[in-house]
Amino acid sequence: MKLKPIKAILLLPLALAFAMPTASADEFTDADLERWQQQFMGVVQQGRDLWTSPELGTNGVACAQCHPNAANTHPETYPKFQKQLGKVVPMWEMINWCLKNPLEGQPLAADDPKMTAIQAYVTHERRGVTLEPGKH
Amino acid sequence: MNTIHKSRRNFLKTAGAAAIGSTLPISLIELAFADTAENFTFAYISDAHIQHIEGTRFVRNWDRGLIRAVAETNLLVPKPDFVFFGGDLAQLGTKAELDHGAEIMSALRYKVHYVMGEHDYYLDLGDYWEQLFGAQYYSFNHKGVHFIVLNSIRTYDDWTFNRWPSNEQRMLEMAGLDNPNGSPFMVGEEQRNWLKSDLSKVAKTTPIIVLSHSPLQKIFKGWNFWTEDAEEIQTLLKPFDKVSVIYGHVHQIQYNQIGNISFNSVMATAWPWPYPQSYAQAEQYLPKLTVPMNRADPFFERDATGWQFINMNNGNADLHYTLYNNTARSVIYNTKTKQPEDSAYQSEDARIPPQTHF
Repeated sequence: MKLKPIKAILLLPLALAFAMPTASADEFTDADLERWQQQFMGVVQQGRDLWTSPELGTNGVACAQCHPNAANTHPETYPKFQKQLGKVVPMWEMINWCLKNPLEGQPLAADDPKMTAIQAYVTHERRGVTLEPGKH
Repeated sequence: MNTIHKSRRNFLKTAGAAAIGSTLPISLIELAFADTAENFTFAYISDAHIQHIEGTRFVRNWDRGLIRAVAETNLLVPKPDFVFFGGDLAQLGTKAELDHGAEIMSALRYKVHYVMGEHDYYLDLGDYWEQLFGAQYYSFNHKGVHFIVLNSIRTYDDWTFNRWPSNEQRMLEMAGLDNPNGSPFMVGEEQRNWLKSDLSKVAKTTPIIVLSHSPLQKIFKGWNFWTEDAEEIQTLLKPFDKVSVIYGHVHQIQYNQIGNISFNSVMATAWPWPYPQSYAQAEQYLPKLTVPMNRADPFFERDATGWQFINMNNGNADLHYTLYNNTARSVIYNTKTKQPEDSAYQSEDARIPPQTHF
């Protein structure tokens, strides 16, 4: 079968993919795993820096003052009913409550990289604990 | 400075009596009327963590905790014989923080004895604190009880003197409770020698109260709920019939009995800390005897903070915890079981869901 030139160009990447099975989407190597873990731990470290920073709020109070090693934050229980807010909330809403109140600061957007980093740190400190959404 | 002190004192007298008089738990007051002549009471306020922001601004939340404790302590009937402050008056040991804390404390109408905390110490190794409050360790006798105050938050000389480029840096490193760059607390040889000599003059039947900032027992090293030479101190105290160690630092209710020594912690006025078992990566030794305080509800700013009223019941320390947003707790020395026990929650089936920490 003879293809028209434009179709030949479109099919070229597909042909290459079949020719190189190592580039398949569902395969990854030890080197990939290591790189992804490094990426994750980098963000965890950013979160730890924010957690201990007197600059996150406006009054010099840091998250770690009340939550050493992020203890008593229970990321494995979210989303859960937060009686003080009167509804089921994901963890970032509770983090924002803390930013606004004890830290007298501004809330972060849900997808703010700082919010991601804080949640990465808190969750990392809780590694190994059974996931129990809704638990009090 | 005296004028400021006076006006502050008058303000607290009026404001305290109006706002707080009606909520002071009456049970504490009745217990103070125990029958024997040997009984007396003292109050214990600890861990205020007065934190300077800039200029004349301080963290309001922590200020309020201490102001409230001072106001309530002034309203105690009968009057306590004196007040102890258990350390960490300041957050970063600065003159501004220690002065501000001392000003709030000056409203107390009782003699106050001070214990050194690491947040008071590691900026200038206690120089300014000593000017305000006196010696870092000392002892005195009161109504047949021998009181000993130790500075238990010192550490290895190499860490203190050689590790950090500035005093400010040293203070910041020790101020982070969970900071892996910190160093274990210890009483140290100098004070152990002093303690040995001090105790040699005391009859074995004299009740002894030791006041330290860190627990003179080992609970969790990661957060310095720990004193490196705890066993050596315990050995020095072993020959005496009745010994109580009362400590701050942990911002939570803890109690224990090791041989002849009763251990009781006191609450912070600033903020509560999680129990070590709620850090999933920790290896920790919270005393089995301890019924924990309730998990804190941060929406109540003063929850899981408070101060203590201590009844020296025939030489045993009975602690009454005044908890601002919670039911008051009492940890009383049981003369039959020979250990401190909670008067309401000690048995397994008496405990309530908020006392479960995870």
